[in-house]
Amino acid sequence: MAKSFLFLLVMTMTCFSYAQKINVCETCPISSIKKAISEANNSDTIIIKKGTYKEHNILIDKPLTLIGENYPTIDGEMKGEVLTIVADHVTVDGLFIKNVGTSYTEDYAAIRVKRSNNFLIQNLVLEKLFFGIYLEKANNGRVFHNKIIGNAEEEYNSGNGIQLWYSNYIEIEHNYIEQVRDGIYLEFANNCTIKNNISAKNLRYGLHFMFSNNDTYQNNTFEDNGAGVAVMFSKNIKMLDNVFQKNWGTASYGLLLKEINDAEITRNTFSKNTIAINIEGSNRINYTNNNFKNNGWAIKVRGACYNNYFTKNNFLYNSFDISYNSKVNDNKFDKNYWSNYTGYDLNKDGIGDVPYRPIKLFSYIVNKTPETIILLRSLFIDIIDFSEKVSPIFTPDNLLDNNPYVKQIEW
Amino acid sequence: MNTQLRQFYKKTMLKILKYSFYDLMRSRWSYVYFLFYLLLGVILLFLNNDLSKAIITLMNIIIILVPLIGTIFGVMYYYNSKEFTELLLAQPLKRSSIFLGQYFGVALSLSMSLVLGLGIPFIFYGLFKSAVIWDFSLLLINGSLLTFIFTALAFNIALSNENRIKGFGFAILLWLALAIIYDGFFLMSLIIFEDYPLDQLSIAGTMLNPIDLSRTLILLKLDISALLGYTGAVFKKFFGTNLGLIVSFVMLFMWVILPILRIVNKSKKKDF
Repeated sequence: MAKSFLFLLVMTMTCFSYAQKINVCETCPISSIKKAISEANNSDTIIIKKGTYKEHNILIDKPLTLIGENYPTIDGEMKGEVLTIVADHVTVDGLFIKNVGTSYTEDYAAIRVKRSNNFLIQNLVLEKLFFGIYLEKANNGRVFHNKIIGNAEEEYNSGNGIQLWYSNYIEIEHNYIEQVRDGIYLEFANNCTIKNNISAKNLRYGLHFMFSNNDTYQNNTFEDNGAGVAVMFSKNIKMLDNVFQKNWGTASYGLLLKEINDAEITRNTFSKNTIAINIEGSNRINYTNNNFKNNGWAIKVRGACYNNYFTKNNFLYNSFDISYNSKVNDNKFDKNYWSNYTGYDLNKDGIGDVPYRPIKLFSYIVNKTPETIILLRSLFIDIIDFSEKVSPIFTPDNLLDNNPYVKQIEW
Repeated sequence: MNTQLRQFYKKTMLKILKYSFYDLMRSRWSYVYFLFYLLLGVILLFLNNDLSKAIITLMNIIIILVPLIGTIFGVMYYYNSKEFTELLLAQPLKRSSIFLGQYFGVALSLSMSLVLGLGIPFIFYGLFKSAVIWDFSLLLINGSLLTFIFTALAFNIALSNENRIKGFGFAILLWLALAIIYDGFFLMSLIIFEDYPLDQLSIAGTMLNPIDLSRTLILLKLDISALLGYTGAVFKKFFGTNLGLIVSFVMLFMWVILPILRIVNKSKKKDF
């Protein structure tokens, strides 16, 4: 036992002595990061002291660890990309990177990982950027606790906060992203985990999936974006415990689903979105235990949506709970709580004795002629809604919640 | 007309106004109306933890109940005080000042019940520190204007109809027409002409009905405006600007002034 412990100790000692430390500061012998990298050996640690380094196109081509002490500033002077990683096993920690150049052909990023594996990018602060962290065919990495503050004003000339392109098995956790085009963008990125991030005030989407399968996002907050999250052309996405709020505007969504199959949407909170979930061409999705609160539309179904199952959700004070644009319905609503439910429960089993019909006639009319929304909350509208509820003519008559809960569901 | 006489008429109008006002205060109706709003305000505020939700519920009640109560009450008061009015007419008083005095007495006491009844619970709730004070003030201003509008319309109906049953019938019909039937035609015309640009039509349609105008003004002040989508953007562009706001308030005042002018005209010519 003691022998093996000694062996381990010697091993670690040799490891440490093998990995050198190189200090970089404004008055040190090595005053530039580029020079430090060129002089470093594999698995060395470069320690960057506090100061401002005006450098761009820094290429990390060997397995190194870059650590910033007290957030040294790397100023790209708007000239191009700042850090590019092309080696495996690279760690970048504690830097403040600003002034990334803008280019419409190169997609300059504050930090780009290119065809590399097992990287760790953490505790960075990025400001005045085009793209923030760009992972290009990079696998098995971790992006942790970064703060990305953009100053994007127009969609066409701004970049994304964290972008994944053909990158698999990436963990993105505890990041804060603000005012870029897409907070986090995944394209052809499979098996990724996105947890505990906050994505706010972005021009387009807080989080955006394209052609990415088997990903999970959990415990994230999406606030005040053009649209909270867009999931498009992807399969097997798990969306758990997220908060979608204040995505409020003439064409804003909390969650936009387009051509999504076999997803799971559980324990999310949607509040104060113009449209909480917009669904188009999405099949076999389970919606369970979500809260829809104070939205304009809780769920807007555009068409070609089959076999979706909504159960044990709370629909609270939405202007419209559900909106359909056709009479066909192949989705199931069961055991939800609807704050607009007016039925009774005589046998006291917690389930209302009268089925609830979540579609109002007015939502059908508004779908056909959007201008009629100006009559929202008019007494006349309440009357025609009531008559439609008694005998449905225009809305799908099989769209019913047969077991509506009479009390809000807790979990 | 010399100034002395004019002053005399003004004084008589104020006197009749004061008399009508105190008459209503002494009768139980004002108190019932006041207590109803007080109770409503208390229940909505203290049993409901969402303030903007409470304001929306209040709006629903105000745009439906206030016109109804204004019309019914106006007609009722006119017919009830008819004998006293005839007595006054025998005196050397100007006719318009008699009827205007009565009208303002009723409208003022009704709007006072509304403003106090809803205002007191809001003050106790700590509204002055809250951000919704402007929404709430708009609600109260709109409610008072609707009271003035519908009481004036009610006096018009009562002046034109000697028969009480007929008068009440017309009053209820008026309320039905503006609160419900108008919106039905409005909706139908929007659906029929859906192939054409409807922005102008929907703005005009809203402007012409005081109930719709009040509803839209309040809705646009609340968060709900984004729900209106593209149409909402057009509306917000119109009503959101100072010009739009001024135009809509001018429109509401027109709805008060025109019926009042007709009261004056009608009362001059009427044969009692």
